[in-house]
Amino acid sequence: MNHLLSWIIWLPIIGMVAIALIPRDKTELIKQVAAAVSGIQLAVVLYLWRTFDAANGTFQFLERAEWIPSFNITYILGVDGLSLPMVILMALIGFLGVFVSWNINRAVKGYFSLFLLLNTGVMGVFLALDFFLFYIFWEVMLLPMYFLIGMWGGPQREYAAIKFFLYTLFGSVLILIAILALYFTCGKTFDMLVLMETAPTALNGMLWWGMSAIKVIWVLLFIGFAIKVPVFPFHTWLPLAHVEAPTAISVILAGILLKLGIYGILRINYTMLPDGVFWFAGALAVLGLINVIWGAMCALAQTDLKKLVAYSSVNHMGYALLGMAAVIAASGMHGDNLISAQAGINGAVFQMFNHGTISAMLFILVGVIYDRAHHRDIDGFGGLASQMPIYTGFVAVAFFAGLGLPMFSGFVSEAMILIGAFPVFKAIVVISTLGILLNAAYFLWAFQRIFFGPANEKYNDLPEINNRELFTLIPLAVITVILGVYPRPFLDLVAATMNVLIDQVVSLGGLASVM
Amino acid sequence: MITGNIITDFCLLILFLPLLAFSINIFFGKRLPRQGDWVSVGAVLITLILSLSLLMNMFMNWDANFSHEAQFSWIDLGAFKIELGFWVDNITIVMLAVVALISSMTHIFSLEYMKGDIRYSRYYAYLGLFTFSMNGIVLANNLISLYIFWELVGVSSYLLIAHWYEKHSAAAAGKKAFLTNRVGDIGFFIGIMIMFTAIESFNFQDVFAGVSQGLIGGSLLTLAGVGLFMGAVGKSSQFPLHIWLPDAMEGPTPVSALMHAATMVAAGVYLTVRLFPLFTPEALTIIAYVGGFTALFAATIAITQNDIKKVLAYSTVSQLGYMILAVGVGNYVAALFHLLTHAMFKACLFYGSGSVIHAMHHSLHELHDHDTDPQDMRNMGGFQSKMPITHWTMVISTLAISGVPLFSGFLSKDAILAGTLAFAEHYPQHFLLPVFGFGAAAITAFYMFRLIFMTFHGEAKMPKVFTGIHESPKVMTFPLVLLATLSFFLFYTLPFFNPFSDHGWFTELVKASDSVVPGSLSAAEIYEGVHHAHYPAMALSLLVASLGIGLSYLMYLKKKLSAEDWAGKMGFLYKWSLNKYYFDENYNRFLYQPLLKLSRAVAYLDWDLYDKYFINGFGRVTKLLSTITGRIDYDGLDQILVDGVGRSAEGLGRKLKHVQTGRLQNYMLFALVGVIIILVFQTI
Repeated sequence: MNHLLSWIIWLPIIGMVAIALIPRDKTELIKQVAAAVSGIQLAVVLYLWRTFDAANGTFQFLERAEWIPSFNITYILGVDGLSLPMVILMALIGFLGVFVSWNINRAVKGYFSLFLLLNTGVMGVFLALDFFLFYIFWEVMLLPMYFLIGMWGGPQREYAAIKFFLYTLFGSVLILIAILALYFTCGKTFDMLVLMETAPTALNGMLWWGMSAIKVIWVLLFIGFAIKVPVFPFHTWLPLAHVEAPTAISVILAGILLKLGIYGILRINYTMLPDGVFWFAGALAVLGLINVIWGAMCALAQTDLKKLVAYSSVNHMGYALLGMAAVIAASGMHGDNLISAQAGINGAVFQMFNHGTISAMLFILVGVIYDRAHHRDIDGFGGLASQMPIYTGFVAVAFFAGLGLPMFSGFVSEAMILIGAFPVFKAIVVISTLGILLNAAYFLWAFQRIFFGPANEKYNDLPEINNRELFTLIPLAVITVILGVYPRPFLDLVAATMNVLIDQVVSLGGLASVM
Repeated sequence: MITGNIITDFCLLILFLPLLAFSINIFFGKRLPRQGDWVSVGAVLITLILSLSLLMNMFMNWDANFSHEAQFSWIDLGAFKIELGFWVDNITIVMLAVVALISSMTHIFSLEYMKGDIRYSRYYAYLGLFTFSMNGIVLANNLISLYIFWELVGVSSYLLIAHWYEKHSAAAAGKKAFLTNRVGDIGFFIGIMIMFTAIESFNFQDVFAGVSQGLIGGSLLTLAGVGLFMGAVGKSSQFPLHIWLPDAMEGPTPVSALMHAATMVAAGVYLTVRLFPLFTPEALTIIAYVGGFTALFAATIAITQNDIKKVLAYSTVSQLGYMILAVGVGNYVAALFHLLTHAMFKACLFYGSGSVIHAMHHSLHELHDHDTDPQDMRNMGGFQSKMPITHWTMVISTLAISGVPLFSGFLSKDAILAGTLAFAEHYPQHFLLPVFGFGAAAITAFYMFRLIFMTFHGEAKMPKVFTGIHESPKVMTFPLVLLATLSFFLFYTLPFFNPFSDHGWFTELVKASDSVVPGSLSAAEIYEGVHHAHYPAMALSLLVASLGIGLSYLMYLKKKLSAEDWAGKMGFLYKWSLNKYYFDENYNRFLYQPLLKLSRAVAYLDWDLYDKYFINGFGRVTKLLSTITGRIDYDGLDQILVDGVGRSAEGLGRKLKHVQTGRLQNYMLFALVGVIIILVFQTI
């Protein structure tokens, strides 16, 4: 199977075609096809994981095919220790997402077609190594998301969808400009593997309107990706989109789409503009800090459970930014502190993955209660622990994982990030440890209000969480616990790639061209 | 003889058996016979046997320098590595035995105390989780393990305090405990980061070696030390984070005995003892003052409390302050010694109070009285005749905590007080430390006897309730008798029999190690000073104890002095003490409420101002621009200038007008604009 990656990307499209051929009233069949296709894709991804050589930090399973030779556009795919965890996460959440969507009953055919298209778009972004291809997948991913929120969402779905779309489109345009700028300045190629080698030196000393070209391209790319993360102040689409999106789409949005931003920064900014990393690292850390504190403060004030969880994403992704910034520790001017750089950047990648599993759990759980009580008002429950003990148990697990309790994976990544970033950004890290307290505050306070206290008689007949819902939650909870107890299986997978990345940034960056 | 890998195996079993019990009971407890209590009790009894065999082994070896370490690679990224593992020395072994013993007693006591509880199996599961986490702290050989189990202990505490979560107060108390602890943990984590940055290892031995090599020193090391100590301030409920422990009494009483008296809260003391070698003299001074002040301060609150558990809770805070004070003055063996003796007599006191509350509860239940507070000592009195075993065991442990000769507390308290006295002799400017210590000792003797007299002596305050009071069944009195027995001096001085000297197996086998911070007093110098201060300290402590007991006797038993009069004379002091110096009220007013207000302001700013006006403003401006463009285009250009020719321009104008709608066409247009910009830019 030397086209393994292509299979992973295009399998959902095959599923989409199959669904297109099914009559629209056979909803069960449509769901089964979607589940089967996602299941096969997950199996292929797991096979990829087993055959992937973790000790090798470079791209593997490379595929290369002529596409539009006149513009040097090629179909290139490849996977390394950065993209593989994201691909695994997408396959897993894509598969579970089908079951989360099981009670969708309006325009089922359209929903699952778009759902699978979204899967292809996301997989493509993670696996593409040609900029043109990357950009196409980036855009392919936007469209189904727009319709999925706009058509199957909550009462304000149209407003939320258009806001999401315009916000991200704005980012896409900036990314496109940056891609074209790189294309024209670095030998007219879209081949990212080539650009990773040529761009760091080709742009040295180049000035545009008196500004360093590296800085300009860095900022364009950064804003484009920052909107996805989302980095403060580009984050306001997120709570709205989350609140209005149907459960499964919130799960995909938080679980996967937010990772695309950080993936993009690490994959493109870090490798092609290493000089910019040194220029921007301080700002990155400050933005990370703002995300942590701002997100936590906003979450603390929420009365809508889903919005609380949405702001918790802002908070959690802040840690990843902080960890990424720590990469500069390995440079000469920070004392060649490879320990910190490794802890920070591996922690950031781990945090992405952990936020994927934990926020997916959180959104599924919010969906469970919303389906039953038809509201998400934190103060509108009380004493639910007596009425839905199993549900309560899962929420406790997800909340404790979310507040960074040890033995859950989120703790490991957050600890690595803080420890890694500390030597370089002492004051910023010290302030961000306040997040340790604030996270616990908003989760536990919400937990107390929803589940503790005397039982609310209104909800005596609320049905307990069902097997389908449990099926979607258990794998996520198990992964969170396993990686919290023993993180090596994950970290060993990414460490070699991160070492290559650190080396790329440190050896090619900080050459003082932008200093 | 148990050596090498077998010790590791023992420790693995001790650590993971309670976790296994937790897993079984949390998932299947309800379906098991007797709701699975036997699983938990069985598991913890096995760990007791294992811990006691390690203890016996320690006696047989009689080696003060024994240590054993085992670890595995938890994270290995090449340069960044974390190894987790066990560090077993005599301190570890003693602590394991204490945890296993008190945990076993709590498991047994709860068989009756928690009988018929709605979440019986859940309760036993959480006890297992706690025992696992606590043993994890004790066994840790590095800062990360310590932090991990530190937090897990916090969560088991949260779950058990909020066990009766239908009560708002219990739910709030659980949250308060967790969050207050997290405040301390922030400092703890900052301390870890500072140490790791300097030394590049989390392992205790590496850290000590690094400090002695001078990899870190001066005020940075002090800062790291104070940070790490903040963890202890939270967990051991020291001023100013003491507020959670009294509220934690909302949890079931056996839990209070296990976690909030004997073991978990002592974890902070254990931390400072474990990390003692790295504290600078400045850090130790801070530690000493926090501990000493807490000891006295909490004691002054305990005097006026009427809830039997609240008295014991403040007493615990005060006693923990003692231990912290001992660490601060460098006498950490005494701190550990007091931890050991205190675990026994304080657990006994809590079980005793549990026995009393249990009896009150049953009596009130039969009277169908749901309004009388079963924990208020003002509703008790004269129980001595009805509950002789509870009475006598509580008297014994009260004698121990008050520092009366022949009992364990006398020895350990005396060692601590001698340490403070020696310290003040060495550094006269710190004369306040012994004042804190002896002052607290006097007050402790007073309020503990007040508790005994109000509960068990005098006439019954509520005769109807009194008639229904019965001694508790054997599963509850057995732990009482065992722990009261362990409050006699003999168990700590063997193989010697001198009730006035702490010389015995403990002082022989648990030796202080020198501080690794250059310029600190050596363990030998500290011990020398303590030795000198031994007799003056003993005389003084006997004096203050008798003063306290005597006053209590006159006031609450003989009624020669009226407590009400004295309270009146004390004026605002009495009121402050009764209201715990208004800490909760002030924290609420100056911390929680402002934080909540701030968070609401931030959320409002984010959602209602920034997003609604600023971000949406872009949309509005774009819309306006596109309308204007459309007008100019259609009304101006098209209609007037190129009428008839500009049909396509009209279409473009319309589409621009709808830029807000996000239709595909618009989006393609945007992409096009991007390309054009680049092409234009390329030609410049």
